[in-house]
Amino acid sequence: MSTNNVASSAAAVEKGMEKVFEDHSEGMDYLDTTRSRFITLWLPLGLICFVLLFPFYWMALTAIKPDNQLLDFDTYNPLWTWEPTFKHINKLLFESNYPRWLWNTFYVAFAATFLSLIASVFAAYAIVRLRFKGADTVGALIFLAYLVPPSILFIPLSTVIVAYGLFDSPLALIMTYPTILIPFCTWLLMGYFKTIPFELEECALMDGATRFQILFKIILPLAVPGLISASIFALTLCWNEFIYALTFISSVPNKTVPVAVVNEFVDGDIFRWGSLMAGALVGSLPLVILYSFFVEYYVSAMTGAVKE
Amino acid sequence: MTTPASPKSGGTGHTASTWERLQSDRNWLGFWFMVPAAFFLLFFLAYPLGKGVWMSLTDIKIGRPGQFVGLENYEELILYDKTFLYATGFTLVYTAIASAIKFALGLYLAILLNNNMPFKSFIRSIVLIPFIVPTVLSAIAFWWIFDSQFSIISWFLRKINLIDHNINFLGDPLMAQATVIFCNIWRGVPFIAITLLAGLQTVSPSLYEAATLDGASRWQIFKNITYPLLTPIIAVVMTFSVLFTFTDFQLIWAMTRGGPVNATHLMATYSYQKGILGGQLGEGSAIATAMVPFLLAAIMVSFYGLQQRKWQQGAKE
Repeated sequence: MSTNNVASSAAAVEKGMEKVFEDHSEGMDYLDTTRSRFITLWLPLGLICFVLLFPFYWMALTAIKPDNQLLDFDTYNPLWTWEPTFKHINKLLFESNYPRWLWNTFYVAFAATFLSLIASVFAAYAIVRLRFKGADTVGALIFLAYLVPPSILFIPLSTVIVAYGLFDSPLALIMTYPTILIPFCTWLLMGYFKTIPFELEECALMDGATRFQILFKIILPLAVPGLISASIFALTLCWNEFIYALTFISSVPNKTVPVAVVNEFVDGDIFRWGSLMAGALVGSLPLVILYSFFVEYYVSAMTGAVKE
Repeated sequence: MTTPASPKSGGTGHTASTWERLQSDRNWLGFWFMVPAAFFLLFFLAYPLGKGVWMSLTDIKIGRPGQFVGLENYEELILYDKTFLYATGFTLVYTAIASAIKFALGLYLAILLNNNMPFKSFIRSIVLIPFIVPTVLSAIAFWWIFDSQFSIISWFLRKINLIDHNINFLGDPLMAQATVIFCNIWRGVPFIAITLLAGLQTVSPSLYEAATLDGASRWQIFKNITYPLLTPIIAVVMTFSVLFTFTDFQLIWAMTRGGPVNATHLMATYSYQKGILGGQLGEGSAIATAMVPFLLAAIMVSFYGLQQRKWQQGAKE
């Protein structure tokens, strides 16, 4: 399976990972002049960063622009406003279902992440450390499950959801999101568990600890960084999920933020852009804040997900 | 690999030794430990996957159980449904162009970020923001940026006198296709750049120093050192990128819903349109199932590529 093929690059990447954010090497930069550095480094980098970040600036700016400046690019400078207004955000938070949608998204994301994490911890431990018969096959199958995209599953899954009586309930999302999260979390945690020395477990076994005790008292405390990476990344994936939420939820108050912003804000109003952008901004902020606190964990989760 | 060697079971015959009991114990324990994950993956992934294939062979509609009709849905799609063929073609073009540019830009950005510079970690972390923000929400921002009347880009281009009327970004079929491809690239580059950067960090600087002393040019260094050493991680990252680009749904649905005149339909959005909005669950499943061979082909190519690479490097695993 591709497990073994990439394993060597895996170890290497893991080492590289630690350095992505704390690499102080000087390299061979002394060979470059300031001018060539500007052209080969700062100019393209600045350009790319501008393109990557401009949509967010534009989103945030539109969200706080007063209506009369929203569409009039000639009288007012479109790239700045001196009269920021919180009208759109206010309307969003106090006169619409938005808080409810935010809560739905939170609730579904946390519940699905929690369930997936529990299932993944057991699965990863069993595959890596219990080495039961067929563990490798199960590991490979879980990897394959990771490659099954939601967009080929949503139609049959919707009939399954209806059959189980979960349609239009948050439970539909809580039960289906783990199919995206478990393969990812399991592979990430397998990588972490493998780095924990076997001897620790052997000692505990000798002292008469059960597998449960070993898992909860020895392995998990040592795998905390892996658990953090897996859970924040899983939260992000849930927050980002769209197609299941679009298909399985029909009543307006039960929607999640991404679906609600796409479906409920689009009335023919020419000034709708203000509230649309406010909706997008407020919906993105929780993730960006989470990200700013856990940058390294995100990166290790990301590379952890591809490295195996 | 750090997989522990599983203890050899005695198998000597007469009585079950302690080891053997532990071994059987361990299999049972493994089974119990796998139950929660298996529950989700069997009921909500494997079963629907199989059911989807079955549904694609029936004429099931919303609110009406289906009859088995064999390959009729596929026949219908391939022979009579021009939109399906067009969507399949556009999905392939979308995936090919977006993945190629994402790869080139991602690699370039990774190399730029690998430089030693002030505020390095800050720059590296803001680059990843497009990946963090939910796709739909940034797609909405792009929808506004590419608005037909009030696009900031049109305004800017008019300001510098490059154009004299607004560009109809999402109204003109070809333009709309280019625009959604651009947005997909925008969203995908940070992921590729940061993962490749992680790979770049593992390349020993002494290799670059040695090559520089031997008089190698920047391009030679890239071609003969950086690229070969990165190949394994590139293969994995690009497999993921191709898979997720091919099955993209969110971006298109938030920006164009497949319009104008079905020009930007991907297979995923078209199957949603047919299956859920149109109620033709059978045909919708057939479209979704039709994606599987393409996905398998993509996985095979990268798997084979990796295999060959290993063989060339003489690594044994």
